[in-house]
Amino acid sequence: MLKILKYSFYDLMRSRWSYVYFLFYLILGFVLLFLNNDVNKAVITLMNIIIVLTPLIGTIFGVMYYYNSREFTELLLAQPINRKKIFMGQYLGISISLTLSLVLGLGIPFVLYGLFKSAAIFNFGLLLVVGSFLNFIFVALSYNIALSTENKIKGFGYAILMWLFLAVIYDGIFLISLILFDEYPLDKFSLIATMLNPIDLSRILILLKLDISALLGYTGAVFRKFFGTNLGMLISMSILFLWVLIPILRMNLKLRKKDF
Amino acid sequence: MIEFKNLHKSFGKLVVLNDLDLNINEGGIFAILGPNGSGKTTLIKCLLGMVIPHKGKITYNNKSVLGKWDYRNDLNYLPQIANFPPNLTVKELIEMVKNLRPKQSNEEDLIKLFGLDDSLQKKLGNLSGGTKQKVNIVLTFMFDSDLIILDEPTNGLDPIALIHLKELIQKEKTKGKTILITTHIMSFVNEVADEIVFLLDGKIYFKGTVDELKKQTNNDNLEHAIANLIAKQYA
Repeated sequence: MLKILKYSFYDLMRSRWSYVYFLFYLILGFVLLFLNNDVNKAVITLMNIIIVLTPLIGTIFGVMYYYNSREFTELLLAQPINRKKIFMGQYLGISISLTLSLVLGLGIPFVLYGLFKSAAIFNFGLLLVVGSFLNFIFVALSYNIALSTENKIKGFGYAILMWLFLAVIYDGIFLISLILFDEYPLDKFSLIATMLNPIDLSRILILLKLDISALLGYTGAVFRKFFGTNLGMLISMSILFLWVLIPILRMNLKLRKKDF
Repeated sequence: MIEFKNLHKSFGKLVVLNDLDLNINEGGIFAILGPNGSGKTTLIKCLLGMVIPHKGKITYNNKSVLGKWDYRNDLNYLPQIANFPPNLTVKELIEMVKNLRPKQSNEEDLIKLFGLDDSLQKKLGNLSGGTKQKVNIVLTFMFDSDLIILDEPTNGLDPIALIHLKELIQKEKTKGKTILITTHIMSFVNEVADEIVFLLDGKIYFKGTVDELKKQTNNDNLEHAIANLIAKQYA
């Protein structure tokens, strides 16, 4: 598996898009720091971008890599390697190279700006951890979609829809239901609904760490009570981890019966 | 050497392999022929473990291959469409495949034979279709295995490369290897094949030597003899 990972990783690291992605984060980091002149504020702006963008890029890279490397995967499948290892290697190759683009692209400007002397280092660290999780989650989800869909165009469409649903539509439904069921106690519902969407979960996780939860009112207090504790943090991280694990398990299950 | 028993595979409603039985003995060149969509590639992919049959057994050297992967170290496969990661160079790709198979390889001779020396440092994405196919052939023949499977090996090759390929196939044959070839080019079959396996409607319709086929169809020309077999399907 490590060999496949290595080659997928090399292949991606040499593609133009990895550099575009890396440069984008690099420039974004510098521009934000230049405009805000404050690490903490830059982290908040970054969060809004990362939470939408990393899932989108992860989704697109995942589907694209799968469909583009189909024939090559066939070549690998004819070699004496377990097919699970081939796909896990590819999956990790994509996720790790995307994560590297994110961490280095944002890390370099922040370190140069004096991140290590700033109190925002933990918030920034959390932002990167969450961003990395989102990479691993959405690449896994998109790989699942690609594995289940033979048609490239359809697969692409489904993947984008999945991203749109989790990044935008889910929030809409969530808000509408909050308004509709206004008269009922909703703190448990909203807590669980947040947990079920990795993008929402990541957003809340960072917002609450950033001490701006006072703006969130009563629900904010409930959230703060839950996520602010070490236990809440642990549970949220475990759920993010489950969001990685479950798609991977399904991928392996699917592979057992898949024809190439 | 290879045994397919009651092999059954369908994609949705389309039955591709229908209770197929086939024995392939060790040594010799076997051409797997049949009209488009007759299940040639599916049959080969079942053997390779890429397509998973619904029913039936496949054994290679008396061992079942279904769900296994290590047996693939004893066979070489040339896929139909050669499409490699565009960002790797030819040399890296060869090194990678070598790395994946714990086996001796002799790629240098093959690279020289097909004149790929100048292309070694080029990225695979910049190669022409024919050159990719040459790389594909190098990757297939560089290992010493008892079974060689070639899916449309002549695709996009120039005449010189084609001659080299034929020589290679003959050389491997004299070493006592088993070679399975699928192709639509009958002159190629006529030249190299010892035995023909003709697939039709997911079953083996004919298995025997080229001469037997000509005799059975009362036709001296292989191309017409095969056309004769296929025509029965259209009738």
